[in-house]
Amino acid sequence: MSFVGACIFTACVAGVLACAAGLALPARWSAPVVGALSTVMAAAGLAGGVAVLATGHVWAGRFPSVLPLAGVELSLDPLGAIFVVATAAVAIAASVYGVGYAAPSRAARALVPLFVLSLLLVPAAASVTTFVALWEVMALTSLLLVAAEHRHRPEARDAAVWYGVMTHAGLVVILLGLVLFAGHAGGESFTALRAAAGEMSPLVRSTVFVLTFVGFASKAGAVPLHVWLPRAHPEAPSHVSALMSGAMVKLGVYGIVRVGFDLLGGGPRWWGLVVLAVGMVSALFGILHALVSSDLKRLLAYSTTENVGLILIGVGAAGVSAAGGSRTLAAVAMAAALLHVINHALFKGLLFLGAGSVVSATGTRDLDRLGGLVRSMPVTGATFAVGALAIMALPPFNGFVSEWLLLQSLVHSVSSTSATLAVTMPVAVAVVALTGGLAAATFVKAFGTGFLALPRSPAAADAREVPPSMQAAMIALAGGCVALGVAPTVLGGALDRAVGVLAAVRDGSPLRHDGVTLSLSGIRGSLSPLMVASGLVVGAVVLLGALRAVGARGPRRRAENWGCGRSVQTARMEYTATSFAEPLQRVFDDVLRPDHDVDVSHRAESRYYVEAVAYRTAVRDAFETHAYAPVLRAVRWWGRAARRLQNGSVHRYLAYAFVALIVVLVVAR
Amino acid sequence: MSRAVVGFLQVVVLVAGAPILAGLVRKVRARLEGRAGPPIAQPWRDLRKLLGKERIVPEHTSWVFAVAPLVVMCSVGLVAAIVPFASTRTPFGSAGDLFAVVYLLLLGTVFLALGGLDPGTAFGGMGASREMTLAALAEPTVLLAVFALSVPAGSSNLSAIVAATLAHPARVATLQSVLALAAFAVVTLAECGRLPVDNPSTHLELTMIHEAMVLEYAGPDLALVELASAMRLAVFAGLLANLFFPWGIATTTSPLEVVLGMAALAGKVACLGVALAVFEVFVAKLRLFRVPELLAASFVLAFLAVTASFFLT
Amino acid sequence: MTEPASASEPGDGSRPAPGEFLGGSLQIRHVDAGSCNGCELEVGSAFGPVYDAERFGVRLVASPRHADALLVSGPVTKNMAVPLAKTLEATPSPKLVIALGDCARDCGVFRGAYGIEGAVGDVVAVDADIPGCPPDPTEILRALRRLTGR
Repeated sequence: MSFVGACIFTACVAGVLACAAGLALPARWSAPVVGALSTVMAAAGLAGGVAVLATGHVWAGRFPSVLPLAGVELSLDPLGAIFVVATAAVAIAASVYGVGYAAPSRAARALVPLFVLSLLLVPAAASVTTFVALWEVMALTSLLLVAAEHRHRPEARDAAVWYGVMTHAGLVVILLGLVLFAGHAGGESFTALRAAAGEMSPLVRSTVFVLTFVGFASKAGAVPLHVWLPRAHPEAPSHVSALMSGAMVKLGVYGIVRVGFDLLGGGPRWWGLVVLAVGMVSALFGILHALVSSDLKRLLAYSTTENVGLILIGVGAAGVSAAGGSRTLAAVAMAAALLHVINHALFKGLLFLGAGSVVSATGTRDLDRLGGLVRSMPVTGATFAVGALAIMALPPFNGFVSEWLLLQSLVHSVSSTSATLAVTMPVAVAVVALTGGLAAATFVKAFGTGFLALPRSPAAADAREVPPSMQAAMIALAGGCVALGVAPTVLGGALDRAVGVLAAVRDGSPLRHDGVTLSLSGIRGSLSPLMVASGLVVGAVVLLGALRAVGARGPRRRAENWGCGRSVQTARMEYTATSFAEPLQRVFDDVLRPDHDVDVSHRAESRYYVEAVAYRTAVRDAFETHAYAPVLRAVRWWGRAARRLQNGSVHRYLAYAFVALIVVLVVAR
Repeated sequence: MSRAVVGFLQVVVLVAGAPILAGLVRKVRARLEGRAGPPIAQPWRDLRKLLGKERIVPEHTSWVFAVAPLVVMCSVGLVAAIVPFASTRTPFGSAGDLFAVVYLLLLGTVFLALGGLDPGTAFGGMGASREMTLAALAEPTVLLAVFALSVPAGSSNLSAIVAATLAHPARVATLQSVLALAAFAVVTLAECGRLPVDNPSTHLELTMIHEAMVLEYAGPDLALVELASAMRLAVFAGLLANLFFPWGIATTTSPLEVVLGMAALAGKVACLGVALAVFEVFVAKLRLFRVPELLAASFVLAFLAVTASFFLT
Repeated sequence: MTEPASASEPGDGSRPAPGEFLGGSLQIRHVDAGSCNGCELEVGSAFGPVYDAERFGVRLVASPRHADALLVSGPVTKNMAVPLAKTLEATPSPKLVIALGDCARDCGVFRGAYGIEGAVGDVVAVDADIPGCPPDPTEILRALRRLTGR
């Protein structure tokens, strides 16, 4: 058995054992054992993925006896390996984190390894049956995990219902698309599909693409099918949220890339434009809602929508460029999207783990009740700061590199022949820029109000640092963010090979690097994150030395804040998260349309004397109020109307069966 | 002379010259207002005195407050080293990218905002909130202006853009260049906290944006923050000068040419400083919620610049 | 264009000026401890186009953390005693306190009033004072130039 095969086998065995251990062992032992076995599983997955990326060799395996009728077909190529590596990195951290995290129930602890196993195997699926089966395992395990805390919180039940319905609706659409594809291809393995794609008519290809795109976009959390994300992510246990945001939504992107670029072999320009448009809307919508959200995990969930939007912008730009013939640009755009997949897994995983630490230490997710945590929880604060700086795409962290690559691929797509591109590409750059700016504001808000200044509630004041296993997981991910920010060139070869799998955008090696500088072959652009980081460090050292020489680094006096001479400072005087975002909320008033509710209660004696004023403001998701609510109302109306058909009379039911039989006989002639 | 020495010289000249630029702007404004005004070298006296004062750290703050002045200063210092001010042979060479410069300056802004939130005062939070609002709304204009500049040069590399303009001087007078210049000028005013976006010499806290974030800094920390904001203005003025009017810049690293390039830069930046001072005397500060309209207008200019460069070449 | 205001020679050479550490740069935070605002009008005039204190290196700042000297006007009222002390504590040392006007020096016309805590010197240590009710802008400039040495 090859190394990669052995890794996958180890991962499967470890995963199943971990699940069994979680169910069978007593509570005292289950946490460390499940954590250890899950870490082994994730490490094995990581090793297998790295091996495929390093050598470019594709591993394939057939197991006809595992599933009846169709068997299981697995194949790990560099494209899938990118997603396996991203998943495994988050999974290692989540498994270590889970050791110290108090799971809501035994089943919840046991399901996590199964969830991780399905996440690791989906990118390796090589036939429609395998893919759909693993996809469903992933959906079911995550659904049960989202509902894990339903006994304590009714919102968890509500979130699980929304998530369950949307993921299964997505599954139906994906299944329709893939079955249509397999029907026309005459076989269900991915090799058969790939071979047959060239002969299918454009109408069938486009239908398959649209169906699978809709289904996968819903899993990825792209607007307008994103509404499950901000409900489900806050309710799941935090390491599960990290896995969902870091790994599961990326599999939606994986599906789009695999079906659109690999199996269908690329398509006309409008495919890329659709993906680009969806990406742009998702990015802006996601970050706007993250900006005005004062629930920490909801903020992170909407930020996932934003980052998925950025990844889809990259994928869409790749499609548009490939259809226009400029394969170099397409390769760079795809590489940018894949790099952002890995980077986002790292920093979003880190941020969710940090949020989980905050919730377990303080009991609240509300940013308006937090504060002062950077001193009482130093490790959590420092690692959350690293995650926030990375997601703001600031040098020298990893978010900056993928954002730079994305901007380079958009900026160079100059085409004087196409008016559409001449307008779309600047709009895309403007969207990426505005998203980046709003993301900076959002995460300054999240870190600044959540961690800095004084605690705004007794819960935040009593916070203590989390157990060492949770700290270790966060430190590991933070180290990954810094490492990939300073030396992204280690991934250069891997990204080249992953992009090389896609025939539509294959173009030699788009990313050239010499250890220090990352440069793009074919278009002129290069970046050296290592030099930027070392420049900053050298500058800091020189500056501190100069200040010491001048005698300006003497002892510091701790003094009271300057408050214009007032006698005491309380936490009520600080800016809250809601007030921090208020100017931007006002600027984007027309898009967000917040609800304002002012409730004035008067004294009994006279209406001129006010007893209390209550002010409530809420920003509702525009798609929920304007798109989903009418659909749900229509479904309920239709259900009520259909109930009239069921009036209890056996004669009427027999008549229905008779008519149906006549219709079937007529149609099937 | 090696590239590293050129970079080091640029940093030294900018550190020394930025307070002089600030003093020059103040002097010209005073003269136009009918006063004698402070001497041009006064900011250097202020900085020297601040370095000798006591360091105060407000209680309840963390490492964020202490580290912020260092990060702001280092990021703007690194930008001063890698932008082609004196010579197109910069230390980073092919890796000196204009996008990197934009994001490095954003790093400084973010840390200053966090340093404003850390003490937990109301004005610090207000300054941080307003600063991040304007930074977020100025980002699209900045990046589109960079896009517009990189289209004729074929790359967003700084030296390449400067070299392309030197090779084709007539490009400066084209429509896209003028539009990009206008957009970049508005962005400079927004990012450096000058009128009509922010009044740098206001004492009314409710009108402050940048000043409100630094109300708690004292002594050497304040010196670093003040120097960094003066350098930010100098860097933006230098970028405006060298990206749009690069004549005088050295194309080799020979000492004579570098010194001449530095002198040319000093002259151009001084002219821009005088122009800024004259503009500030005649314009009033905008209400905070009118500034997004100004930034939206500059965004439209930058967008037109980019589309013009597609259609008109 | 302002005429150079006639001012006496700064410093009398017999002892070092209290503003030795300033080196020609003086940032002032003005504190109104209870004045009638007459002194404030004179300060506004001293920093205006006719007298232009800025050309001697003096600047008004918003935060005491940025200041070297507090320019206190008015007698210290009971409510302003604690804020004045806190303002001085917020100022980084080395620092100065300048009492502006007769009220700040010895309560002036408000001596013995019910709301007064005392003169500025009764609440914080004073380093320099400017007599007058209100003091002329030239007197204010003379005192400030004595401190900056310019």
